[in-house]
Amino acid sequence: MTDNSPTAAAAHRPSLDAAAHVRRRYAAERRFKAIGLGAIFLALGFLAILLWTIVSNGLSAFMQTYIRVDVRFDAESVAGEDYQGAIKSALYARFPAVESRGERRELAALLSSGADTALRRMLTADPSLVGTTKPVWLVASDDVDMAIKGHISRQPGASGNRLTDRQLGWLGELEAAGTVEKRFNTILLSSGDSREPELAGLWGAVVGSVFSLVITLIVSFPLGVATAVYLEEFAPKNRWTALIEVNINNLAAVPSVVFGLLGLAIFLNFLGMPRSAPLVGGLVLALICLPTIIIAGRAALKAVPPSIREAALGLGASRLQVVNDHVLPLAMPGIMTGTILGMAHALGETAPLLMIGMVAFIVDIPASPLDPSAVLPVQVYLWADSPERAFVERTSAAIMALLLFLGAMNLAAILLRKKFERRW
Amino acid sequence: MSHSPSLPAKVRARDINVHYGDKHALKHVDLDIHAHEVVALIGPSGCGKSTFLRCINRMNDQVDSARVTGLLTLDGDDIYDRAVDVVQLRARVGMVFQKPNPFPKSIFDNVAYGPRIHGMARDQAELDEIVMTSLERAGLLAEVRDRLDEPGTSLSGGQQQRLCIARAIAVSPELILMDEPCSALDPIATARVEELIDELRENFTIVIVTHSMQQAARVSQRTAFFHLGELVEVGDTEQIFTNPQHPLTQGYITGRFG
Ligand SMILES: Nc1ncnc2c1ncn2[C@@H]1O[C@H](COP(=O)(O)OP(=O)(O)O)[C@@H](O)[C@H]1O
Ligand SMILES: [Mg+2]
Repeated sequence: MTDNSPTAAAAHRPSLDAAAHVRRRYAAERRFKAIGLGAIFLALGFLAILLWTIVSNGLSAFMQTYIRVDVRFDAESVAGEDYQGAIKSALYARFPAVESRGERRELAALLSSGADTALRRMLTADPSLVGTTKPVWLVASDDVDMAIKGHISRQPGASGNRLTDRQLGWLGELEAAGTVEKRFNTILLSSGDSREPELAGLWGAVVGSVFSLVITLIVSFPLGVATAVYLEEFAPKNRWTALIEVNINNLAAVPSVVFGLLGLAIFLNFLGMPRSAPLVGGLVLALICLPTIIIAGRAALKAVPPSIREAALGLGASRLQVVNDHVLPLAMPGIMTGTILGMAHALGETAPLLMIGMVAFIVDIPASPLDPSAVLPVQVYLWADSPERAFVERTSAAIMALLLFLGAMNLAAILLRKKFERRW
Repeated sequence: MSHSPSLPAKVRARDINVHYGDKHALKHVDLDIHAHEVVALIGPSGCGKSTFLRCINRMNDQVDSARVTGLLTLDGDDIYDRAVDVVQLRARVGMVFQKPNPFPKSIFDNVAYGPRIHGMARDQAELDEIVMTSLERAGLLAEVRDRLDEPGTSLSGGQQQRLCIARAIAVSPELILMDEPCSALDPIATARVEELIDELRENFTIVIVTHSMQQAARVSQRTAFFHLGELVEVGDTEQIFTNPQHPLTQGYITGRFG
């Protein structure tokens, strides 16, 4: 507006002012983009650090140290089921110089206290082994495992070293003879929890999590969808339904531990359901999932164009037919995506499950949702709390399993959405 | 007012009032629609044409705030009687909407849906028969004969609208309501639909809302002009367009407002 005839200037050519304005606009845009990119890279950086710590900590948990000894399956110890005895004799035979009781105890401590299960399994598979001597790979104790993996220094007297000088010597001897080996850790993937890190596995928690999630799905999906359909398609729009809607939105924001207390009061104390059971865990998680499913379901139903409803109504379809034949099938991908994301959220819940006693130490793998069980996030919590060094890597491994589950569920949600995505 | 006083009216509207909450959208409308005629409803936007149309198949029931008073009969039966089942009413009164709205299902299923829910076919052969005749009558069969399994949404706009007409006539309604059926179509597709409407008159009674004066002149026998919720004038289409009685009609027809 420096010109004498402002109307002409505005209409015909950009004044200097305008050019500066454009430059400022571009600069502002560039700044905004830079900030956005910066934020994304920061977030990705943190994610990378998180994943890297977990993976670098946890990867070694998938290997386990085994020691080979020549075990004699003498009829006596087999009959008395004294496999520990057989293992000890095998070790003493390997190191005949060790004679004092204290030394022998130290020698036996190289192997896990659960190493005998391998022998039992071998014998049940092949009873003809009785009376023979066979080389057997046996699970090493967690201290040996940590030393072999280099998590604990093998320098005598170094901090954190839990092996005696003698034990380190034997270990060196065994290694030199090629009878120490790191093998894939099947125990971690196939057994339940244990006090001994080398015997502790995730499978119990995985099964518990699957049982819980199945219960959650069975309870929350039909309930959530029915609620969403009723509220969206049938309920009159009045003060009461508005109140219900507000409350459902509020429920979605209630801290999950409150749902745990509710579950404790209702399912355990009032209804007398079993403690620590995936049944109750699943029910509590269903309560947590419900608002999410209802909200996602309503959004998906809302996204179905009204013209489809009108078309069906105009043909003389009843409201139920409109919903069943048209609206619900079209909304289903959205509802399922919402459900899976809700379930993924539920999978990671820990606090409400602590409330209903799922924090108990449970060795057995649950055979039904009524058996006491752990779940993955609680297993992480329990292992993270354990003092043994060997539980550090197992905690990370459990987190990896949990993340794998989550990733699979999110992937399923994405695939579902892609597969059923519709345009009109 | 009546076109052929000797015949009883197919649809008879007497003192119809519609309120949306506080809004008085339709005021004291009296209108007769006779069998096998095409009645065009014209008037500026928001004058209540769609509202009147949606009274006839009770689509207004879907709107919580809508309240309809007055007497509306179909073949002498009160449409708003408590005993009337809307599902059965809508089987007798079909509707075609402004924007083509085929179901995201196959072309066949689109047409078959109405007959299926009303149990009109005893077996698959009968259903096929109904679907084929409906597509034929909607002038669509030649174009879609060998792709009945493709989604209805894959058709062009004009074809989609004819599919919607086929879907409506598959239920064998007596009356078809069309709310600006050509407003989303190009001129060629519009011409096809207009031709079709003329052919359908033989078997159906049609009420069509249109924004196009030419369309009203081409397809309808009688025309009703609405203004601000009131029915201003109704008469033979020719008379309305050549010799309108009311100054408002005159103004609208000559394009002075609207
Ligand atoms: N669902 C509704 N709720 C409230 N007002 C409505 C609704 N539908 C239509 N109206 C009002 O009723 C009047 C008539 O609308 P309508 O029948 O759609 O007009 P037309 O089809 O002639 O353009 C308009 O003023 C419109 O705003
Ligand atoms: Mg309209």
